[in-house]
Amino acid sequence: MLLIKCPYCEEERPELEFRNAGEAHLVRSPAISEQSDEDFAAFLYFRQNPKGLQFERWRHIHGCGRFFNAVRDSVSDKFLTVYKAGEPRPDVETLLNPETVSDAEPAKKRAPRAKKGEL
Amino acid sequence: MSIQSHSGSNRIAGVGRLVPAKTVRFTFDGQSLTGLEGDTLASALLANGIHLVGRSFKYHRPRGILSAGSEEPNALVDVERDKSRKQPNVRATVQEIYDGLQVKSQNRWPSLTFDIGAINDVFSPMLPAGFYYKTFMWPKFAWKTIYEPKIRAAAGLGVVPGEADTDRYSNRFAHCDVLVVGGGAAGLAAALSAAQTGAKVIICDEQAEAGGALRYETDVTIDGKPGYDWATETLASLRALENVTVLTRTTAFGYYAQNFVGLVERISDHLSNPGSDMPRERLWQVRARKVILATGAIERHMVFANNDRPGILLASAARAYLNQYGVAVGRKVGVYTANDSAYAAAIDLKRAGVDVPVIVDTRDNPSSPVIEEARSLGIDVVTGHAVFSAGGKRRVSSISIRPNKGGNERKVVVDALIMSAGWTPSVHLFSQSRGKVAWDAANERFLPGTYAQDCVSVGACNGSDGLQQALDEAVAAGGKLAGETGFKGKTAALKATGGTDWVLGMIGSAPGAGADTTVKAFVDFQNDVTAKDVRLAVREGMHSIEHVKRFTTNGMATDQGKTSNLHGLAIAAEALNRPIPAVGLTTFRAPFTPVTFGAIVNHARHDLFDPTRRTPMHAWHAAQGAAFEDVGQWKRAWYYPQAGEDMHAAVNRECVAVRNQAGIFDASTLGKIEVVGPDAAKFLELLYTNPWEKLGVGRLRYGIMLREDGFIYDDGVVGRLAEDRFHVTTTTGGAPRVMNHMEDYLQTEFPHLNVWLTSTTEQWAVIAVQGPKAREIIAPLVEGIDLSNEAMPHMSVREGRICGVPTRLFRMSFTGEAGYEINVPADYGRAVWEAVYERGKPLGLTPYGTEAMHVLRAEKGYIIVGQDTDGTVTPQDAGLTWAIGKNKTDYVGIRGLLRRDLVADGRKQLVGLKTKDAHVVLEEGAQIVANPNQPVPMTMIGHVTSSYWSQNCGRSIAMALVIDGTKRLGETLYVPMPDGVIEVEVTGTVFFDKKGERLNG
Ligand SMILES: [Zn+2]
Repeated sequence: MLLIKCPYCEEERPELEFRNAGEAHLVRSPAISEQSDEDFAAFLYFRQNPKGLQFERWRHIHGCGRFFNAVRDSVSDKFLTVYKAGEPRPDVETLLNPETVSDAEPAKKRAPRAKKGEL
Repeated sequence: MSIQSHSGSNRIAGVGRLVPAKTVRFTFDGQSLTGLEGDTLASALLANGIHLVGRSFKYHRPRGILSAGSEEPNALVDVERDKSRKQPNVRATVQEIYDGLQVKSQNRWPSLTFDIGAINDVFSPMLPAGFYYKTFMWPKFAWKTIYEPKIRAAAGLGVVPGEADTDRYSNRFAHCDVLVVGGGAAGLAAALSAAQTGAKVIICDEQAEAGGALRYETDVTIDGKPGYDWATETLASLRALENVTVLTRTTAFGYYAQNFVGLVERISDHLSNPGSDMPRERLWQVRARKVILATGAIERHMVFANNDRPGILLASAARAYLNQYGVAVGRKVGVYTANDSAYAAAIDLKRAGVDVPVIVDTRDNPSSPVIEEARSLGIDVVTGHAVFSAGGKRRVSSISIRPNKGGNERKVVVDALIMSAGWTPSVHLFSQSRGKVAWDAANERFLPGTYAQDCVSVGACNGSDGLQQALDEAVAAGGKLAGETGFKGKTAALKATGGTDWVLGMIGSAPGAGADTTVKAFVDFQNDVTAKDVRLAVREGMHSIEHVKRFTTNGMATDQGKTSNLHGLAIAAEALNRPIPAVGLTTFRAPFTPVTFGAIVNHARHDLFDPTRRTPMHAWHAAQGAAFEDVGQWKRAWYYPQAGEDMHAAVNRECVAVRNQAGIFDASTLGKIEVVGPDAAKFLELLYTNPWEKLGVGRLRYGIMLREDGFIYDDGVVGRLAEDRFHVTTTTGGAPRVMNHMEDYLQTEFPHLNVWLTSTTEQWAVIAVQGPKAREIIAPLVEGIDLSNEAMPHMSVREGRICGVPTRLFRMSFTGEAGYEINVPADYGRAVWEAVYERGKPLGLTPYGTEAMHVLRAEKGYIIVGQDTDGTVTPQDAGLTWAIGKNKTDYVGIRGLLRRDLVADGRKQLVGLKTKDAHVVLEEGAQIVANPNQPVPMTMIGHVTSSYWSQNCGRSIAMALVIDGTKRLGETLYVPMPDGVIEVEVTGTVFFDKKGERLNG
């Protein structure tokens, strides 16, 4: 059973209080009815499911009831961080190497979305 | 040697720690035997000279006792207290004996000594590894009907108990600073060290007593005391500390994320008469800030021909039987080893008066003080030799010895053989914690490498050679980890003498069982996997150890390859000519040893399996003799049979009463959500297909909720109580997920909307009164609401009072009759229900249940989401296009509904079906075809979703999803059933009062 920190309650609570709600940062278009088949399919169906860091949604369903986002390593199940819904996607490099990140090496910067085999 | 016969002929007086006067009687296959208090079943059987305790899985070969611990692959037995408390596959090496213990051997017929299945051993050339996959492929049907049942009957272990388990199991959550797994020298030292700082410590050990190897390593001292005495005293002092929990007979079986460790404590399996209130086992779910793994090492057997004969055991096991239990495993005990540790066992046996005719050592020129000691005791030590084969069938009777490189064979008569190929560090829990093991090439073993969790391995499981090193490491780890949790304190070093270094030895097949041989040299005893099988797997193309494992089933039995994994890996690596780390190690998974279903299921049985939800009027229904049905967690009144009525008669009566007079129905289980706020209407516009902005206050509307993919998710009637307040109803089963769905969109997609959602399902009791007399019945009870048709037409809602209590009165109908749904605060539900019923009874008001409700709504073609829809049905498919707001630019599902497949022809659409024979009632789920004479398999064009006998229509009625159904009105279709084809006519979905006039009555 995982321990998960709710960014609203600011407490670590057992997994039993939470429900996973799938991949995070999927954007529902404000003009969804005009979306192309391709764009809509990407929104509706296509998910990253990476081996490694994934951005995912959780709901503190048996607690405060809020939805929030988390970065979790799907291999170790370790949570790198949690953040409130609506907040920007955290930078993976900063999370992995909180001390050594430098702007001098832009080539090493990862794409914001973790992809298979990347980590 | 002096023999002490009343607790077994192989018990040696003055040896071991059991008290000779404390005898215990038990039976094995009906034979009455005597053991001593503190015996395991294995030690008691060996004391009585019994080695043969079971038959093997595949070949039915006679099997004995290999080990003295939880790694036992062979000695699995059936323990039965009574019919409902029966446990198969109990390891005789773990089960403690008690007065009256009844044990049976397994996997033999008709008896253990004469087993007809042993013929499999003779035919074994036909049963090589992978035979399941190859031999029985054709014909296909025969697998299910012939091969599999036969194989399963012939190959197997214990028999599943036939009755429900009447034992109790308990559960406890625990938190600690430091959890120590293992109560051997290292574990005790670590726990003591951590405890001295004041940290909260839990230490568990799977044995009845702590001490691990100290129970048999008689040459050891710690802190100036004999090792075993130190262990016993340390355990007692730990028990006395308030900050320490000591759990013996407790196995850490699973290591999960974030230092969450599952323990199972065996509480009563060793007791003769456990109290009826005593749980059999207790599951501990421990969250530890730090974990110390002190899980020790497991001795490996030697892989040679017929190494599975009863009487052939691990050397350390023989030593444990002698030094702990006072039992000699034989009178003439041969020794076969590839390392030093077996010498200690040989020396102990020899000193106890047991004849040790030979020690066969595969090493060419081993040198060590223990070897000299063995020689000085007069034992014949033969080096550079191997045991090529064991003689005897139901008990080993001899061993054949040859030089490793071949040469003259020499036969030695023995009645037991003890062996040691070396020690395998127990990295199971470390690996379960997702730590990565590292290959220690010098000593040919896997050790903890990269840690994934906040834990530390100490002692033999960490490859620490020698007792002093293990103790130093344990003391340091205990202090350090406790310190990291905030407890700083002085820890005392421990000084040890003696002990065996647990290193070196061999892995893989021994001389005489190499690649050029066809002998049965077992690697995995429990699954009958031989060295030859592993090589066959490689020849068949299995190059990864995970494939070899699945092809041979090596390591897949209930012992999970504790003794076999490394041997199997080495043989595969040799056959592949690749280094061991390149072939890999299979992942260790929970549980470490088998865990009962009882411990996992625990209290979640019967009434405690799932909460039961009852409506406020439940007791009234029960008093009326209602039959109940389960709808999710709810108990709902199904029908109310009167004297002499069956379900059919009761439902017919209820349905007719609703249409002719009136019925009363408990609709309290309907989901209810209060949607409040300035943007409430805007929010509903986005969550439902319907328009809401213009719904007048006091009006109701039937709403349809879609998922983003365009399929129907839920439906329900929504009332507008004020500009900014809606009372939303959902299906009974859908309430929680609809609430979650709404919250999801409100919080994450439409957070700009100022809306509040509250689940009110349990706040309101709902009493439906339906039928032509509904208004007449409730009118005298209602205050402050004009019930006239003009003032309160169909699909309207008013707030007022009924029977003096507040009500939200809905005028709506799920029956097609004029009617009301009276919402009152739940606490008043039963009183209002009874008042309405008393008032209506003289007018013919009849309680009706969910079955009548289903029939009545089907007569009107009203759908039930989840019955007439299945997650692939759009509003158009269900004939509900009218419920979609034509001018809306956004709602959940709007884009999904435009998907090509959803607007194409050929979709299944909801229609009515009338059987040509009005008395035939279709089966729900039955398939529909256009031409019943086509060859099988027929093209199915739809299926029946709802089907009932309708007393009001005087015939059967049904609804179905049929391809292009609405274009087929009037067509004849066919429903092929096992006893004939049923002809049906496609109709509209409304069977009763097609114009809907009764609603406004
Ligand atoms: Zn929370």
